[in-house]
Amino acid sequence: MELHELSISQLGSLIKNKEVSIPKLTRYMLDRIEKLDSAYGCYITVAEEKAMEQAADVQARLDGGNLDSPLAGIPMAVKDNICTKGILTTCASRMLYNFIPPYDAHVVGKLYENGAILLGKVNMDEFAMGSSTESSYFKKTFNPLDTERVPGGSSGGAAAAVASGEAIYCLGSYTGGSIRQPAAFCGCVGIKPTYGLVSRFGLVAYASSFDQVGPLTRTVSDCAMVLGAIAGHDPMDATSTRKRIPDYTKALVQDVRGLRIGIPGEFVDDSVDEDIRNAVFKAIQVFSEQGAECKEISIPVMEYVVPTYYIIALAEASSNLARYDGVKYGYRTSEYKDLIDMCKRTRSEGFGTEVKRRILLGTYVLSSGYFDAYYKKALKARTIISREFGRAFEECDIIMGPVAPTTAYKIGEKINDPLKMYMEDIFTVPANITGLPALAIPAGIDRNNMPIGLQLIGKRFDESTIFRAGYTFEQTIGSNWTSSRMNNQVNNQVKNK
Amino acid sequence: MILGKEGLDGRTNDFKGKIMVTGGKTKDTGGDVKNPGGDLKDLGGNTGDYEAVIGLEVHAELSTKTKIFCSCTTEFGGLPNTHCCPVCTGMPGVLPVLNSRVVEYAIRAGLAANCSVSLFTKQDRKNYFYPDIPKGYQISQYDLPVCKNGYIEIDPGNGERENETGKKKIRIQRIHIEEDAGKLLHSEDGTCSFIDYNRAGVPLIEIVTEPDISSAGEARVFLEKLRSMLLYVGVSDCKMEEGSLRCDVNISVKPRGRTELGERVEIKNLNSFRAVYRAIEVEIARQESIIRAGGTISRETRRWDDTRGESIQMRSKEDVHDYRYFPEPDIPPLTIKEDFVERIKASLPELPWERKDRYIQEYGLPEYDAEIITSSRELADFFEEAAVKAAGKGVNIKMVSNWVIRELMRLLNDRNASVEDAKFPAGHLVKLLKIVDEGTINIPTAKKVFEEIFDTGKDPEHIVKEKGLEVLNDEEFLRGIVEKVIGDNPSSVSDYKKGKEKALGFLMGQVMKETRGKADPQVARRLLLEELK
Repeated sequence: MELHELSISQLGSLIKNKEVSIPKLTRYMLDRIEKLDSAYGCYITVAEEKAMEQAADVQARLDGGNLDSPLAGIPMAVKDNICTKGILTTCASRMLYNFIPPYDAHVVGKLYENGAILLGKVNMDEFAMGSSTESSYFKKTFNPLDTERVPGGSSGGAAAAVASGEAIYCLGSYTGGSIRQPAAFCGCVGIKPTYGLVSRFGLVAYASSFDQVGPLTRTVSDCAMVLGAIAGHDPMDATSTRKRIPDYTKALVQDVRGLRIGIPGEFVDDSVDEDIRNAVFKAIQVFSEQGAECKEISIPVMEYVVPTYYIIALAEASSNLARYDGVKYGYRTSEYKDLIDMCKRTRSEGFGTEVKRRILLGTYVLSSGYFDAYYKKALKARTIISREFGRAFEECDIIMGPVAPTTAYKIGEKINDPLKMYMEDIFTVPANITGLPALAIPAGIDRNNMPIGLQLIGKRFDESTIFRAGYTFEQTIGSNWTSSRMNNQVNNQVKNK
Repeated sequence: MILGKEGLDGRTNDFKGKIMVTGGKTKDTGGDVKNPGGDLKDLGGNTGDYEAVIGLEVHAELSTKTKIFCSCTTEFGGLPNTHCCPVCTGMPGVLPVLNSRVVEYAIRAGLAANCSVSLFTKQDRKNYFYPDIPKGYQISQYDLPVCKNGYIEIDPGNGERENETGKKKIRIQRIHIEEDAGKLLHSEDGTCSFIDYNRAGVPLIEIVTEPDISSAGEARVFLEKLRSMLLYVGVSDCKMEEGSLRCDVNISVKPRGRTELGERVEIKNLNSFRAVYRAIEVEIARQESIIRAGGTISRETRRWDDTRGESIQMRSKEDVHDYRYFPEPDIPPLTIKEDFVERIKASLPELPWERKDRYIQEYGLPEYDAEIITSSRELADFFEEAAVKAAGKGVNIKMVSNWVIRELMRLLNDRNASVEDAKFPAGHLVKLLKIVDEGTINIPTAKKVFEEIFDTGKDPEHIVKEKGLEVLNDEEFLRGIVEKVIGDNPSSVSDYKKGKEKALGFLMGQVMKETRGKADPQVARRLLLEELK
């Protein structure tokens, strides 16, 4: 196998045994990006110089015995809405086309401490608003498994980079389905941690009460390792947990005996693509054979999940994006009459269509006269949905279902139909509304050879259980079977281009 | 550093200097207008056919060391944009973390104003666009303020007005915490604007009264009382000239006796108590004349122009802001423990009005004196220290209070100093008064000695000895002086003998002059009369 096909722990032992140096590995990855990225469009910024400096530095720390982390020397990339000191952080928006943060996001700092090598910043939907990475101001990202299809979104660049081997892992961010859905579309593993597990400091806010940072990886164990490194309390984020973080790698055992897995009927109804439904049924079979107890449950509030999510998320977004007024940083219009005119023009020119649509909707639901009918009602619905999930978790340890109702669709297919696009989030937003952790893992392919994602939702702060189930599933159906098939598929795509 | 149209692009950590905002003109500078001072005359706005209904919204900057959501200093002044960081300038991705001291200070103020404390409270976002708020919203409190339902008692008859009507309760509707905004500055030619974020994120409490105030005089008395209360409990330095105490006024006028309230007008930009007073007077008159002419008052916000002594419309009813309040998702709701409140309650100092009552009862001070002395905590502390020592030395406490009010306050004023800066202990004043009591020095000399104590901090006994200021009552010596004065001033002597009593005063003056003011006046007078016989 080539270097980019290896997992974090495989690369880790090569580095440890001096079979490959960190600078050499980093150079290899940078060359690969250079070769492939014109085909896939994963990166907005490649931080070549900085990556090579870091590589030398981490190698020295490791050689000096000053570093002991499974992530040491592993090249990765970060979604472009996560602040990186001294490196452009654009949120894929014209509004921040020139923004270079003077600070690192908490998660980036944590990864640096662990000796991670930052290759660059990956593409996304503008301000994370979208499910296909088509709304980026800078470029489109193509699904490495079929370049006529979208990679999903908003962390589409991250998923595509992991799938194509342009990064060993990525940090994505999560508001609606922004990690799990692209992970599913690109055949990767992704986790949305429990709200509060990972600090949001330095993650450019979209919808503050939903936003979380999470890893996109090729395997469940890689995912557990990266999450372990970035989780934990941060005094700069008042919503981050003070709980002690368990060692997630200890959860990586192939044992689901006695685990109660609930499958909501609403998650496998007619609205879901048949191939995806069958993949879920196959997963039920796999888990049952491994000794888990699978049963059908019901979550009758599912029809309210998407509207509830969008009302609250867009309300928060309309406020979070108010700071981009051209005064302090980022884009400013070139001609204007006065202060107010400057703000208006800057915002009209700096934001794309989808962002403006969401700001308008969010402003509307908070306006006096509409507040009670929309925002306040949505908050109540959020409470009820959380309660329903809480009740479901009385009878099971994990709720299982598909990540999305479809696999990766064609570029341009849904971009002009926002409502259809929003409905893509139906299975991913419940975990965001309730703050519950949810893992996406590959679970086969559909008739078009596109990967299908399986979702495992856990109890609050119980990432360990979903890692254990995910690991068991991955080991049972054959570790890395997806990625080796994927590698061939990816290579074919490059040849075709 | 003045940045061009590219703005601060985040390529630098360096916020020093001004950030240029725009080439447009805007009206509100939010700047500080110096209070020109001057005497006030209560025009008695609460008489006649109409009565005013007034409510105040007072913003007080809290004197915490650091800002409300980051660790930047709250210190006033400093070069523009040197007291700020990514958090208080609203850079992308940063998060606010509530300074718990701010909550504590707000509760302190609330308890002093007899408020109940909300044990469950939260922050909300108030959304509006203006470059002085870096995030496009202000973090404030909407429906769950940290304190509510309090009151402060005032003496409405205090000040210029004679008709004492007893105490009046001004109810406090709520006290909530919020962050201050930055300051916009505009170039003189009106072509560009600058912004200074040093003040952005300085913690504020907003104190909202019920519309219980009925005249400009009452408003001022209330504000003075509130100010001294905030100073006593140590939560704000209340410097209006630095903008750390600001006040907006809501006024409506209605025919006397009618219960239904008139439409209210809000007046902003009041930078001194005097401005508050004048603005209320002017607004009552304005509304009255409109009503008398058959017009109606419409709801609006007006801006006070202190130099011109008039207000101008800022916003009409049509462009009232829709602030789109919603709960701040970045700060979890706060549960306040009862014992936390109890601890704050226990740590509250005696409040100005409590002290005033005690001074009247304990020391028998006249109400006027007690009011003046307790208006400042430091002055009252000084007085009290002196009073305790005076009691021990048998010095009259009324004399102590006279000296504090007259001499000490005069010198503080003269030297532009505050009591905390005083170089001498309160005991020195008592020692001085004791020396006066014993007849060692006379009053005019004592005043001079006190001035020296004030300036140098020296012990009064040392000053008296060092300068030989003891009263001269040696009869032998004084008789010699008297004889000399009589010999030197024959015309005055003959005037006196012709019955001109005034001449005696002149001769006494000459005796005092010869002794450099040290002669015991009683002895000198007796000797003079004897020699003139």
